[in-house]
Amino acid sequence: MTELLKLLENDPRLTPEMLSLMLEKEVGEIRDMIRTYEKEGVILGYKTLIDWEKMGSEKVSALIELKITPQRDRGYDHVAQKIYNYTEVESLYLMSGSFDLAVLIEGRTMREVALFVAEKLATIEDVTATATHFVLRKYKDKGLIYGAMPVDERGNIV
Amino acid sequence: MTHREPLSTGTGDTGIDYAKVLSRSIQEIKPSGIRKFFDLLNGMSDVVALTVGEPDFVTPWHIRSAGIESLEKGKTYYTSNAGLVTLREEIASYLNRRFGLTYDPVTEVVVTVGGSEAIDLTMRALIDPGDEVIIPQPSFVCYGPICEMAHGVPVYIPTKEENHFKLTADELRAAITPKTKLVVLPFPGNPTGAILTREDLEAIAEVLRGTNILVLSDEIYGELTYGRTHVSPAAIPGMRERTILASGFSKTYAMTGWRMGYLTAPAPMAAQMLKIHQYAIMCAPTTSQFAAIEALRNGDEDIEMMRSEYNRRRRYLVNGLHALGIDCFNPEGSFYVFPNISRFGMTSEAFCETLLYDYKLALVPGTAFGECGEGFVRISYAYSVEHISQALDRLEKFIKDR
Repeated sequence: MTELLKLLENDPRLTPEMLSLMLEKEVGEIRDMIRTYEKEGVILGYKTLIDWEKMGSEKVSALIELKITPQRDRGYDHVAQKIYNYTEVESLYLMSGSFDLAVLIEGRTMREVALFVAEKLATIEDVTATATHFVLRKYKDKGLIYGAMPVDERGNIV
Repeated sequence: MTHREPLSTGTGDTGIDYAKVLSRSIQEIKPSGIRKFFDLLNGMSDVVALTVGEPDFVTPWHIRSAGIESLEKGKTYYTSNAGLVTLREEIASYLNRRFGLTYDPVTEVVVTVGGSEAIDLTMRALIDPGDEVIIPQPSFVCYGPICEMAHGVPVYIPTKEENHFKLTADELRAAITPKTKLVVLPFPGNPTGAILTREDLEAIAEVLRGTNILVLSDEIYGELTYGRTHVSPAAIPGMRERTILASGFSKTYAMTGWRMGYLTAPAPMAAQMLKIHQYAIMCAPTTSQFAAIEALRNGDEDIEMMRSEYNRRRRYLVNGLHALGIDCFNPEGSFYVFPNISRFGMTSEAFCETLLYDYKLALVPGTAFGECGEGFVRISYAYSVEHISQALDRLEKFIKDR
């Protein structure tokens, strides 16, 4: 049921009880559906988006472009797996255009990120080139805008 | 017209007795009773309020952008009195594709400052002193006062919960006198969420056909119906020629602050309304008109998104109330529910005051929308599910404490 998935995608805190009222289905049925989606990997997991900068934490994010020579029988998947297994790698996409893999990385310092690229990514044998772009400022992630603190200023007009 | 507000301004030190110089008929109009309650609410903190009558969405960005772009291009002039021709064409085309109505953009469409100006123009253009205007209640607070300001006489029909707050043909027939000029059809309704189906409208048309009685159809919530598409009275045979359709962009596109509305009516009526608009307003705000064009051209998906979000909240709230044992008919339109609270043995006002003072929960007493709203409260679901959930928790606490 795509409506259930859309609701959860937007707010995983919605309880089965609340979803049951909204979608007019039994609580048990909602629980079953969620469990099935989790088991089938339709729901990959649940995360919370945190603005770490507000907590004074200096994290560094970077987008790294990788050029790859794909191997005859394994394509890109083999090299992709080698890369995404690093916990530092937050996202990994196969891209069209002038490079092949986009790696999103988070580290404590720029040096840490740079070293990771030099030591871990550039040394993978199929990787032929890398280009590292550091994120200077995050404006929006997953549809959420950083720093936006909506206040209800609507007037009471009936 | 029985109520007389004492003027607090007094004579001051100007020596002018304002109570004498101000229009008597205006002084006799009752200020909206709900103000008092809202003043109370505004002075309190930590209140979970479900009182607001406008969308919690921000106007979609592409619509805001169109307004901004018009400013960037220096489009800061007056438009023609009736509004930009392009906008009127878009309104006519929208009414046609959505509701199957046909209006001539040049002679039958007037762009107004919100739907409320359309209501005002209608009353002023139609009413001669003493003419009666039939107004179903509970309903939006402005119809009666605007009618009185036009020297008409409001005739209120209390609609009933067992009829799902619809105006029935029998009730209408019983209220008609030789002085009846106009019937207001405020559906989908604030505060009840009631709608009129095609069959309901057929029955009303049956009463009105062959008379000179006109209809003001306030369709501001026309896009907010759940489960079936809104039917305009103007789409019923014998009704178009007597119907003034008032609507706007506020609820449909979350554009309340832009003050954008319109009316459509047969040319002879529209011409008189345009005359009033021309002298009183000149034209609706130009920036808002450009934004409105964008809304009509590219806003269908926004409507759909907001409607399905409202619909989820509606189901959540109605089912949540039922789970608490509160009676509530299933509203099919607008973004309010109107539960029956009579089993608590309190007046609507006392109920709302108790909730506000003791549970920091603000709802609007049904009596704000007419005496027949006694025993009911209006709950708006133009709020996030989380917010509504907090409100239900507080309501549950109130019930448990009793």
